[in-house]
Amino acid sequence: MQKISRETLIEKAKELLQNGTVSSVLGWKAGEFSYDVTPATFNSVEELEKDFVYNDFCGANFSKYLVKATIKAEGKILVFLKPCDTYSFNQLLTEHRFNREKVYVVGIPCEGMVDVEAIRKAAGEGIVSVECTNDGLVVDTLYNGKVKLAEQDVLLERCKVCKSKKHVAYDELLGDEGEVIESKRFDEVERLEKMTPDERFAFWQRELSRCIRCNACRDICPACTCEQCVFNNPKSGVENKAAANSFEEKMFHIIRAFHVVGRCTDCGECSRVCPQNIPLHLLNRKFIKDIDNFYGEYQAGAEVGSRAPLVNYTTDDIEASDAVRKGDGENA
Amino acid sequence: MQIENKKPLIVAFCCNWCSYAGADLAGNNRLNYPAEVKIIRVPCSCRVNPMFILRAFQRGADGVILCGCHPGDCHYTSGNYYTRRRMALLFSMLDYLGIERDRTRVEWVSAAEGAKFAATMNDFVEKVTALGENKRLEDLRCKK
Amino acid sequence: MRKCSLSNLSAVFDKISENLALYIPVDTNGGAKFEKYESGMVMSEALNTVRSAKDFFFPQIEDVAAFKVEGKNIEVVDTRVIKDDFVIFGARACDVKAFEVLDNVFLSDPVDSYYANRREHGIIFALSCSKPVETCFCNAFGIDCTEPKGDVSMWKTESEMYFKANSEKGEKILALVADLLTDGEEKVVESEKAKTKEVLKKLPLSNLSPDKFGGGKTKEYFDDPAWKSLSESCLGCGTCTFVCPTCQCYDVKDFNTGHGVVRFRCWDSCMYSDFTKMAHGNPRLTQLERFRQRFMHKLVYYPENNNGLFMCVGCGRCLAKCPISMNIVKVMKTLGGKN
Repeated sequence: MQKISRETLIEKAKELLQNGTVSSVLGWKAGEFSYDVTPATFNSVEELEKDFVYNDFCGANFSKYLVKATIKAEGKILVFLKPCDTYSFNQLLTEHRFNREKVYVVGIPCEGMVDVEAIRKAAGEGIVSVECTNDGLVVDTLYNGKVKLAEQDVLLERCKVCKSKKHVAYDELLGDEGEVIESKRFDEVERLEKMTPDERFAFWQRELSRCIRCNACRDICPACTCEQCVFNNPKSGVENKAAANSFEEKMFHIIRAFHVVGRCTDCGECSRVCPQNIPLHLLNRKFIKDIDNFYGEYQAGAEVGSRAPLVNYTTDDIEASDAVRKGDGENA
Repeated sequence: MQIENKKPLIVAFCCNWCSYAGADLAGNNRLNYPAEVKIIRVPCSCRVNPMFILRAFQRGADGVILCGCHPGDCHYTSGNYYTRRRMALLFSMLDYLGIERDRTRVEWVSAAEGAKFAATMNDFVEKVTALGENKRLEDLRCKK
Repeated sequence: MRKCSLSNLSAVFDKISENLALYIPVDTNGGAKFEKYESGMVMSEALNTVRSAKDFFFPQIEDVAAFKVEGKNIEVVDTRVIKDDFVIFGARACDVKAFEVLDNVFLSDPVDSYYANRREHGIIFALSCSKPVETCFCNAFGIDCTEPKGDVSMWKTESEMYFKANSEKGEKILALVADLLTDGEEKVVESEKAKTKEVLKKLPLSNLSPDKFGGGKTKEYFDDPAWKSLSESCLGCGTCTFVCPTCQCYDVKDFNTGHGVVRFRCWDSCMYSDFTKMAHGNPRLTQLERFRQRFMHKLVYYPENNNGLFMCVGCGRCLAKCPISMNIVKVMKTLGGKN
């Protein structure tokens, strides 16, 4: 359960709307069920009181929405950012993707968000309702009755290995600034690195072959803000609406991951939204791990204006051939 | 295996200011390197987008080598330093996906190193030939 | 009515697959998926596959022609593969109903011969639902999930699978496995159906109705201000359209193979920004227009041209998969609630 309540957030939004600091609020809107929360703009206190929610299903990262929202907005936009969202926020500012002046950030604490798919697996299909309580989730199901689940067991992958509870960008905080925390997020990457190339190939072949090229990973990604993606551009020669074969699946995912190298904050939205549950974060994390390994630790979005590793160099950087060997831990 | 007789196709991206001239010098000096190497001249090694490399594989290359000026000697001061970082990450990623690591290489070859150019190509072609046909990054539609 | 015990099901699979290709839903890391049966595969217990069964007749990508260029000559090669019959085992009532929706599009004049070819060869074993979930609303579109159509209807109980052939094609396949089947009682199936119907009543979306939509309602909904808030956070990805069993838009593209050209068609999504791009420009410039198109097509335009049949079967895939949880139910409730 989240430590901060919906009411506290509405109270804050109300105050800022009423004193004229902001004119609209970017927040989570309740859906049909307990879990299908939609990002939405709220323009009035009434709208907030009617539909605003903040619960364990508010995984959506609002940073990218600011790119479009700030263009249209007349006044300031209030946005509630969880710690990991603030990294994307900073990264977008670094890339000058929106006007900071038009945003009022309220940092809110996050206890980790849960994954509906994981709940379905644990409690069974047919979720009538999910109640977030202090000691876990109470899931009311059609076939198994009420099932109690520990939050820890059904967290989103990214939250299980949360890298930081620190707010790196805010105008105001509700709660603590938080700390960067020790994370095990590279464990899975290491596990793959230790496999033989054949095993790795088989693993990725299996995972990526499920791709339906819906582009949800790209469209939700806060680092993917190109006006026109190369994969949508008929002139690029690589435009493809549906991956015809495993080559195109690989090309799309390699190039997409490469394009966000040094800009990906590892917010995990790509894996969260993938309808086919492809572990896309493992591609991004490989790059992040390699960067840390080859060029020193770098966290995209930790500060505004930092120079990303791929637009930087030193004269004694590792050679590509050594990098491949070091990448799998041979010389590490 | 039936592909044993099939010669590999190697794409070499060569920097206009060094390796391309190095290839020239290799030719002038009558140094042999395999005809399977197809050279594509680029203004700088850092012109090579990761997509170029993947596209080469898609269109049937069995190995892709990227040749640029020695670090510090870039005609544009720093292009090859960026190349080095990009390719380090890209090749590491390809390896992570299970693509044979000997199918890709970066080599620094200056305009004066005709012999190195020929030796590099001989060695690279040998390694790629040993790997056989590129199966892991192939696009079946492009096969004749 | 014929039946076999569930423990004997694999023998049925083995027998069918000896004679023709058999596809059954199996569990993968990414959820259930239809795969070609090979001995030893276990049928998934999941209510539905992540991708719908439309893939069998309208695959995501299909070559339509190839061009061989030699000198100044261009040869057009027909890439159509005449398929043998195949069995789709375990499609649900909603997916089967979706074939009707697709048929109206692809089999009406001019007939899409690629689709028709696959459709002719497909034999559908449709499985009744016994455990519908909260995202199900097939009921709203008049589908009875306990009475699936198809060449063979099937019902599953705790320990047995019941079969009833509805067509000659279906009977033929059942005849193949006749040795493995015994006579089943209608009563058992009826009580199974009744149980499911009790569950259906409890579903949160059981009261959903499309009555306020249908042909002739274009003017009523087209300019509704609610489209703005409904579409505002739409990412413009193609998830909903690609998991949808009834979405049938496609694009035809040419791929340059380096030594020729392959012409193929692939699914397209009205959510994509280039969907309506033409030489003169793009008439749908905003996500609002694209989003509206998708739902108007399902709820108004399609029924208008197809005797009131809605282009949604209530399978609930978009409810489960949309990255921002916006879906047809929310659209229907928001727009319909006003009138």
